[in-house]
Amino acid sequence: MQRIGVFVCHCGSNIAATVDVEKVVEIIRQEPGVVHAEDYQYMCSEVGQAKIADAIHEKGLTGIVVCSCSPRMHETTFRKAAERAGLNPYMVEIANIREHCSWIHKDVEEATKKAVILARAAIAKVNLNAPLKPGESRVTKRALIIGGGIAGIQTALDIADAGYEVDIVEKTPSIGGRMSQLDKTFPTLDCSACILTPKMVEASAHEKITIYTYSEVEKVTGFVGDFTVDIRKKARSVDMDKCTGCGVCQEKCPSKKAPSEFNRGLSNRSAIYTPFAQAIPNVPVIDREHCLKFQKGKCGVCAKVCQAGAIDYEQKDEIVTEKYGAIVVATGFDVIKLDNYDEYAYSQSKDVITSLELERIMNAAGPTKGHLERLSDGKAPREMVFIQCVGSRCADDRGKSYCSKICCMYTAKHAMLIRDKYPDVNVTVFYIDVRTPGKNFDEFYRRAVEDFGVNYIKGQVGKVAPQPNGRLLVQASDLLDNRQIKMEADMVVLAAAIEPNPDVRKIATMLTASIDTNNFLTEAHAKLRPVESPTAGVFLSGVCQGPKDIPETVAQAGAAAVKAIGLLAKDKLLTNPCTAHSDELLCNGCSTCANVCPYGAITYEVRQVNDHGIREDRRLAVVNEALCQGCGACTVACPSGAMDLKGFSNRQILAEVDAICQ
Amino acid sequence: MITGKKQAELIKEISGVNPLKCMKCGKCSATCPSYNEMDIKPHQFVSYVLNEDIEALMQSESLWKCLSCFACVERCPRDVKPGKLIDAARQLLIRQRGQEYLSPDEVPELLDPEIPQQLLVSAFRRYRR
Repeated sequence: MQRIGVFVCHCGSNIAATVDVEKVVEIIRQEPGVVHAEDYQYMCSEVGQAKIADAIHEKGLTGIVVCSCSPRMHETTFRKAAERAGLNPYMVEIANIREHCSWIHKDVEEATKKAVILARAAIAKVNLNAPLKPGESRVTKRALIIGGGIAGIQTALDIADAGYEVDIVEKTPSIGGRMSQLDKTFPTLDCSACILTPKMVEASAHEKITIYTYSEVEKVTGFVGDFTVDIRKKARSVDMDKCTGCGVCQEKCPSKKAPSEFNRGLSNRSAIYTPFAQAIPNVPVIDREHCLKFQKGKCGVCAKVCQAGAIDYEQKDEIVTEKYGAIVVATGFDVIKLDNYDEYAYSQSKDVITSLELERIMNAAGPTKGHLERLSDGKAPREMVFIQCVGSRCADDRGKSYCSKICCMYTAKHAMLIRDKYPDVNVTVFYIDVRTPGKNFDEFYRRAVEDFGVNYIKGQVGKVAPQPNGRLLVQASDLLDNRQIKMEADMVVLAAAIEPNPDVRKIATMLTASIDTNNFLTEAHAKLRPVESPTAGVFLSGVCQGPKDIPETVAQAGAAAVKAIGLLAKDKLLTNPCTAHSDELLCNGCSTCANVCPYGAITYEVRQVNDHGIREDRRLAVVNEALCQGCGACTVACPSGAMDLKGFSNRQILAEVDAICQ
Repeated sequence: MITGKKQAELIKEISGVNPLKCMKCGKCSATCPSYNEMDIKPHQFVSYVLNEDIEALMQSESLWKCLSCFACVERCPRDVKPGKLIDAARQLLIRQRGQEYLSPDEVPELLDPEIPQQLLVSAFRRYRR
């Protein structure tokens, strides 16, 4: 029998307002095995922890139960306190009487009863606890960054500057991401390329950074500190070492009808291409779907004109396998598809565009060489309308429930830039709310109104209808004047919602990292651990975690880098000792456990077993403790009850159930 | 005489609409083809229900100017559907007036396959005999 001490926390009024903590102490004191019980206002405070340590010394406690908040919150705190007082940390159990009790109940009497029951269950478990010792695993001092946009580049640079090897895996032929598509950036209006390309160059020139472009993560195994990742380098059809980036192949390529991804389909590119002039690496790829050589078997012009002999039609996809200690997800975002928004005539009129398309139109390297013009007839617009919140803040299934956060600011930027460059163009912005929290952000928006004469009208647009005269009829609300507006515009710009890159689902599955209903990656703690995934060793950088602008992305990228560096700086990691093990006398080698193990931690070996004097060779399950994450799937699946989990044994779980059902 | 509060509850029940979901974007009023005919505008329906001022809503011209085209229902980003609120107010009024529906025997001769069903239902309510 253990000598158990029970410590009941008030958590200020969080617990004490709903649970009669004194009564819990009084009742629990009578439980067999309990030699000490007390309550305190904040058990996690220094004084509270000292109470635990004192009781361990004075009463010779061998087991501790803390009735407090969720173990996710303070299990580690109390285990460390017990360890400092000389007790094995795994002899501490938490009874969660906050999240599981006081926060969800109103009736004090009922809640107090439940708190007692939860405490009893924890006592029953502690009675069967055994001291556990964590093992050690090594840390591979190399980080993988998935995504080569500004988030990935910044994280890579910060980790590499700390002296660790970093690999960036980027799906498209060049790093740079969304930011490379932008013209100017708010709130300072500096040119996006001017601030991004130096970082791209720095990343590619950094001796610690390896960039895999036109590549995708194919498979991830292992665990924190020791991930093994397969990277598929898609066939570029161009030899990276030989190519000089002269660009002649792109000039001479006869197939020039492929829609340019970089220009959002507003212009065409050749089949052999680099996405944009400042691409890194400056090595083109052959888009085999549009290449005449691959489609029709004839052509080969690029190979003929290439002085360096870099074109290689025979090139195949290549799988690179590499080990990493930390993985940072920086997969970024895309703009939602507007197929469901017929009322805005996006698919009917070329002059209804998204803001990202306008960004390309405004850019000197874009489809119109930076001239603001209608894509239907090339005429200069006189009247422009911006529509905010297209697909953002929606409760229906057409859009997204969240605010995309960046649209208010980029629309103010677009409006301002247009009024500045083309003062004769009238600009009207239809908004629901203008949201500009951020340093110098509201001042920026006010400048658009006060200094540049942008007409902001509170009210959503109901419909956009193309007119026979080629213009667009915009029918909208003016809620402050309580009137309906009908006006003709030459161009309509939609602030379409942003969503996480669709590939993130696949990547999250590979990493066993959790995602929310909107496909944003979930943080380990929304407030206190915002750049870490709940999966150890996986970190989050940029919009894959939630909508954010460039300054926030860069700040978060740095934070993710620091967390990754903190991991890579360690030589060894303590492993969770709560791992599975199989009883050789009960195991019948059926493979059920290996089939359900998500970590591939179970293998089989044939071993001689002495079963009550009978010696025979048997096929037995063996758990690799370094791989086992203690999920317990095998213990439930095992038909013969041979599998058990240290710290959460079948006996312990049943004892808890018994205590609850008493 | 039932209270405004009770009426508001009835309207919410009949329409199945939660007016608290409204974010006051005004897309309903932006979309409405009868906007200029209406004294109470579609986006205001929501606040009349929230303020439990149902009498005013039932006395309003808008009740009979709404075409039941349901463009506002279709396009409302918040699933508030002001058209359903006005539809419910109309029903409430008709119920208060008593038996003023068409008799079922009269329906077949009025049927026209070209007319959208919703308009038909709406017309039945409005042009009672």
